[in-house]
Amino acid sequence: MESPEAQVQRPATDEFLDPVMSLGERVLGTLEEIGRFFMLLWETILQFPAGIRSAPRLVDQMYQIGIGSLPLVILTSLFVGAVASVQAAYQFQNFVPMRYLGTVITRSVVIELGPVLTALVVGGRVGASISAELGTMKVTEQIDALETLAINPVRFLIVPRVAAAILMLPMLTVFSDIVAVFGGWMIARLSLDVSTSVFVEGVRLFFRARDVFGGLVKAFVFGAIISLAGCYYGMKTEGGAEGVGLATTKAVVASSVTILVADYFLAELILRVIFGAAE
Amino acid sequence: MIEIRDVHKKLGSLEVLQGIDLTIQSGESIVIIGRSGSGKSVLLKHIIGLMLPDSGEILVDGVEITHLSHDERRQVRRRFGMLFQGAALFDSMTVEENVGLGLREHTRMSPEEVLAKVRACLDMVGLSGVEKMRPSSLSGGMKKRAALARAIAVEPEYVLYDEPTTGLDPITADAINELIRGLQQQLRVTSIVVTHDMASAFKVGDRIAMLHDGKVIFQGTPEETRRADDPEVKRFILGEATEAPFPPRHMEIAARRRTGVWRWLGR
Repeated sequence: MESPEAQVQRPATDEFLDPVMSLGERVLGTLEEIGRFFMLLWETILQFPAGIRSAPRLVDQMYQIGIGSLPLVILTSLFVGAVASVQAAYQFQNFVPMRYLGTVITRSVVIELGPVLTALVVGGRVGASISAELGTMKVTEQIDALETLAINPVRFLIVPRVAAAILMLPMLTVFSDIVAVFGGWMIARLSLDVSTSVFVEGVRLFFRARDVFGGLVKAFVFGAIISLAGCYYGMKTEGGAEGVGLATTKAVVASSVTILVADYFLAELILRVIFGAAE
Repeated sequence: MIEIRDVHKKLGSLEVLQGIDLTIQSGESIVIIGRSGSGKSVLLKHIIGLMLPDSGEILVDGVEITHLSHDERRQVRRRFGMLFQGAALFDSMTVEENVGLGLREHTRMSPEEVLAKVRACLDMVGLSGVEKMRPSSLSGGMKKRAALARAIAVEPEYVLYDEPTTGLDPITADAINELIRGLQQQLRVTSIVVTHDMASAFKVGDRIAMLHDGKVIFQGTPEETRRADDPEVKRFILGEATEAPFPPRHMEIAARRRTGVWRWLGR
């Protein structure tokens, strides 16, 4: 127990300033993190031409990120299409003719559901694996070992991952779009009593190639977000297994949140500014 | 020659290096000893530019490295090789790919030439027939050997060793010591060894420097080290603790645990 004198002697200003100081520290810490992230982004851009010159490393990452995620993307997209079909049919009941079912499913999948859900699923899988791998390399001094061999870790480790992710995410999204529409058709055909010809007519009715393009631009940005979040949190991992776990969690949470926030701004940009101006 | 002048470094609130002055001559083998947490590894990371000092200078053959850009510092680093405490082999690559990485990245050697050089380096450290194996299937001593082969493959002028014998059995540790000595003589490199293993220090060092509380408190030949008057150096060589390893209060708590619920559980 402290004596009463000691309590009196302690300067009151400290107690008063404590919350202010801790708030200040948090703000500074956050700003510092943002700064570090953009420094990593800048270094990645600078090292990009040199980093993609090594074909084996790039192809290896493309395989892991692209082909590795394909089964997962197909499975989730199939059910996304199926649920889109059920939901749309439920909302159409007695108000909208079923020939618009294909239209609604296709457009919502291509513009929104395909890119975003693919990014979230791949973000969980790839973001976690990148941050865990780089984090483990960091805590076992393998990143330092690269530096001692005079190899730039950004060029050697980060650029191939980012390049592979921004290339593979649009490709995975194309698969996702096709499979989801297929899933929608399957449910329409099997449980909603909508014939194939009516569904296909709906798909073709208001289909615009530029919607697909808009979705792919999103996927490209999401690919960058996923890989950069994984790399950033992986590279700043500290302290053993616990640090690696923390880095993985942070990478997945950060990429998921950023994907959804970025999705809104991209929708504004692509649908309103670019496509709106073209109308 | 490497000159370290008045280097200070704070990590968090702890001042790890408090004004280090040390000169390392080309071709010599210097051992830096000190207790765990005395800043030995941190100093080593400063020499190779993995960490930057808060103040002070580090000169490698007259070139001040702390003010260089990242890329310039990487150029200087090509003259260094480093053996990490945990070997730090890249576990996504085979032993052969690990050892040959520096050559593939920095030289225009053909794949055959790289392979020949890798084999030669692995032979030099007494490790052959494991080229295609992954680091995860090697023993601790083999990992260190492979990492050493990786460090010397790029023909460095300076080789840095971070606790080369820690975690190895005495016989393997001695083999590593022999290897450090052998490479030193064969390749005429400058060796900088950080260790708290005195047997290793006496075996590989031309000169021994002791780090204590962030400062170099002693420098001398192994013979001078054995005869040193400094109480800290003496204690370190003999391996005597200055204070009781556990404060009395902790002992008391430990004793109390033996009674209470623990004894009841033990019955």
